[in-house]
Amino acid sequence: MEETSVPKFFMRDGALELSSTKELVHLEARDLSVYYGKRVGVGRVNLSLYRNRVTAFIGPSGCGKTTFLRSLNRMHDLTPNVRVQGQVLLDGSDIYGPGTDPIQIRRRIGMVFQKPTAFPTLSVYDNVVAGLKMVGLRDRKRLDEAAERSLQQAALWDEVKDRLRAPAAGLSGGQQQRLTIARALAVEPEILLMDEPTASLDPISTQAIEDLLGTLKQQVTIAIVTHNMQQAARISDYTAYFLNGELIEMDSTSKMFTKPNDKRTEAYITGRFG
Amino acid sequence: MQQTAPSHHRRSLAYSASGDRVFSVIIALLASGVLILAVLMAWELYSGGADPIRRFGLLGFLTGTEWDPVIKKQFGAWPYVLGTILTSIGALLLSFFPALGAAIYAAEYAPRPVAVVINYLLDLTAAVPSVIYGLWGIFIMAPFLRDHFYLPTYLWAANHAPGLLPFLGNPSGYGLLTAILILAAMVVPFTAALARDAIALVPAPQREAAYALGATRWEVMQMAVLPLSRTGIIAGAFLALGRALGETMAVTMVIGNSHKLPYTLFGGAATMPSVIANEFTEAVEPLHLESLIALGFYLFIVALVLNIVGGLIIRRQAALARGVL
Ligand SMILES: Nc1ncnc2c1ncn2[C@@H]1O[C@H](COP(=O)(O)OP(=O)(O)O)[C@@H](O)[C@H]1O
Ligand SMILES: [Mg+2]
Repeated sequence: MEETSVPKFFMRDGALELSSTKELVHLEARDLSVYYGKRVGVGRVNLSLYRNRVTAFIGPSGCGKTTFLRSLNRMHDLTPNVRVQGQVLLDGSDIYGPGTDPIQIRRRIGMVFQKPTAFPTLSVYDNVVAGLKMVGLRDRKRLDEAAERSLQQAALWDEVKDRLRAPAAGLSGGQQQRLTIARALAVEPEILLMDEPTASLDPISTQAIEDLLGTLKQQVTIAIVTHNMQQAARISDYTAYFLNGELIEMDSTSKMFTKPNDKRTEAYITGRFG
Repeated sequence: MQQTAPSHHRRSLAYSASGDRVFSVIIALLASGVLILAVLMAWELYSGGADPIRRFGLLGFLTGTEWDPVIKKQFGAWPYVLGTILTSIGALLLSFFPALGAAIYAAEYAPRPVAVVINYLLDLTAAVPSVIYGLWGIFIMAPFLRDHFYLPTYLWAANHAPGLLPFLGNPSGYGLLTAILILAAMVVPFTAALARDAIALVPAPQREAAYALGATRWEVMQMAVLPLSRTGIIAGAFLALGRALGETMAVTMVIGNSHKLPYTLFGGAATMPSVIANEFTEAVEPLHLESLIALGFYLFIVALVLNIVGGLIIRRQAALARGVL
């Protein structure tokens, strides 16, 4: 790597080679628009998530990152007066197509929210296996295994293995956030959507979650919204920049942070890096 | 005072510190007035009923089965205590699940306009004066039940299971079961409204988290909504029980007013409030009057406890819901 405007520590080893390898499209938004009543939340987005890659969504607050993310697993279905237009192809078939069951879609495409949403009255264990029990898994041994595996993946196992039966409300914010990640992973989703998962966390928990993403992507495709430019640079393979409800551009993270095509991206990134 | 108020801000008296202090004193006086009133009421009821309570015992008064103001001048409240327990618990059991169902439906399932109508009806029916329920009970519900349910059941039992007859009792239409049914109808809107509020307190992110796991609506209820609203719903049941215990007018109008034990399903019965309402005007003996006041004392205490417990649970629930946000 020669001179770039980005300090070296933002680059992860191997990130640059990505653009040369063959990428498989996992989820593809085509001409996707979301309307809140008459207002456009996000307009005409074309964007692909690649299999086993981490894609970061960046952009100023209110630019439509959350709105777009929630359209990828039909979370907007739950809010009145929200209209989604366009297509989202999961392995080539439209999740908004006729006869598609949103519940099945959400089982395949999991979501982690900005604020920890552990079920406070359920035990740590019951939180993790909630989704599995829902799909009818009753076998004790398999539930136990899944719980341990997911908690390991979420880097939480060591901290909670002695208090699996205690209510989740007793965990710290960072632990609860990792618990919700474990819960989302337990059902073995193909894709995990994360909306600023570390925004309300302390640096140590943030670190734990960032570390986790690197190994996690071997099994799942990840999209993560983040406000933190360094975080995007550290953890993602691809970066998409949103502004005023539009996707400005998306490219490999190394390219986006060194030679973005669009002046607006450059302004945002250099502005953010100071 | 001066240092907190920048001089360029003109402040009215109401917003000045001294105005604030006057206001808080007035509020404190009013609030303590309510408290003092409650304590005085309890004390008045106790001293008014002290004589029979002393004579028959604090518990003995409640468990004595003989209530005879005329000949033996015995006052045991058990028939009324039993009637109160049977009607209010019966009404609670009958109304709880329908009310919960209505609340869940209104909060989670019903399309917006339907939910609005349901909520409006719940609030409306909760506000109907109980004498209206009583009139409706006397003129519509009791005759209907008698003709279409009590009498046929009674006749069927007479032919096929005569052993049941002593449990069924006189199918006149005015009795225990009618009172239970009308009480149940009266507390449904109450329980449902409280359950609905408890459900509405559950933070939206909790629901979304469940949906994001691929939950169906019912699974969202089970996983996210009911665990967090459970305590509030139970508190609502406590308050509904308090209401059913004290309900006087409608019950007195349909319960048949008989304190002859044992009670039967269809036959007449009486409750603590109903006997107070019925006998107050004709209680010429001091001991009789004092016994009625003593009944009021016990009712007051039970209602107070139920309301305090229910209120505490609701406050804890609200705090829990906020803490989760
Ligand atoms: N529920 C909603 N109703 C109406 N407008 C909304 C709603 N949610 C978001 N918006 C609007 O949509 C735009 C994009 O919001 P959002 O997706 O939350 O942005 P971001 O996540 O990038 O901060 C904003 O202008 C916001 O005000
Ligand atoms: Mg957002």
